Amino acid sequence: MTHAAAEANIRVNGQDEPLITATLAALLEEKAVDTGQRGIAVAVNGAIVPRAAWPHTTLHPGDSIEIVRARQGG
Amino acid sequence: MSDPLIIAGREFGSRLFLGTAGYPNRKLMLDSIAASGTEMVTASIRRISLAGDDESLVDVIPKHVHFLPNTAGCQTAKDAVLTAELAREALETNWIKLEVIGDRELLYPDTEELVRATETLVGKGFIILPYCTDDPVVCRKLADTGAAAVMPLGAPIGSGLGICNPHLIELICARSPVPVVLDAGIGTASDAALALELGCAAVLLNTAVSKARDPVAMAKGMRAAVEAGRLARLAGRIPKLAHAEPSSPQFGLVGT
Repeated sequence: MTHAAAEANIRVNGQDEPLITATLAALLEEKAVDTGQRGIAVAVNGAIVPRAAWPHTTLHPGDSIEIVRARQGG
Repeated sequence: MSDPLIIAGREFGSRLFLGTAGYPNRKLMLDSIAASGTEMVTASIRRISLAGDDESLVDVIPKHVHFLPNTAGCQTAKDAVLTAELAREALETNWIKLEVIGDRELLYPDTEELVRATETLVGKGFIILPYCTDDPVVCRKLADTGAAAVMPLGAPIGSGLGICNPHLIELICARSPVPVVLDAGIGTASDAALALELGCAAVLLNTAVSKARDPVAMAKGMRAAVEAGRLARLAGRIPKLAHAEPSSPQFGLVGT
């Protein structure tokens, strides 16, 4: 096993990256997501995490996170 | 004349639903929404750009206009269900334009996955408007599964071909227990009018307006077309004849 594979990784919007933030809210802050803005939603491992739960949602190695926004569409 | 459209208990004064994609700029999108008189616009749900160049759609749409988020691009019931749940959270609505695509080039609906996703989302309390094929049996199945309306295509998405099989759309409208919304394929105003004449409760269109040379004027045209089509439908068209039927009196002719 390589060193990189042994690191604690998470997957954010389909991209693997090292887990460096403890909570979902910290991850969003690290990604410079304007969490005050409407139209944003987050799922962790396929389950929706309501906005109110972002600060106390702990991230774990292997978590898969989707951060989405409402955009123009047909 | 008060003739509201009611879907899942929500009343609409306008029978035109408008997409928000592909306008030359944001101002033309907003002016088109206003000119169309629509009370519901579609939106998509996409991964946020971590480069931070996204602009929020939510805050610019007028308050009286409802959102109908879509699951555009999803190819499995599983992805569509998660997208619908994300949409509900992001846009604070349990309405969803359910789209499950079976062919990326044709953007043709995958009926099997669509019915499955409808079933799952009904159980989760969604108001589901599925984008589907112009097949009376499929529409019936979706309604029986709990769809609040059915949205058969007139022609492939973005094609502007109009209503390729008006006979089927008419059959679907005649037999559907839920409102029928013609979705996809509208190219110009007469297509939208035809949809209402055939018995559709409403029309959902995007490209015909957003890619028109003058989107705002086309939005106005679509508004008038939908109103005209609805009035004609309610008025009842005359039967088609194979020969002429004089409209002027046949007595008292001048001459001979």
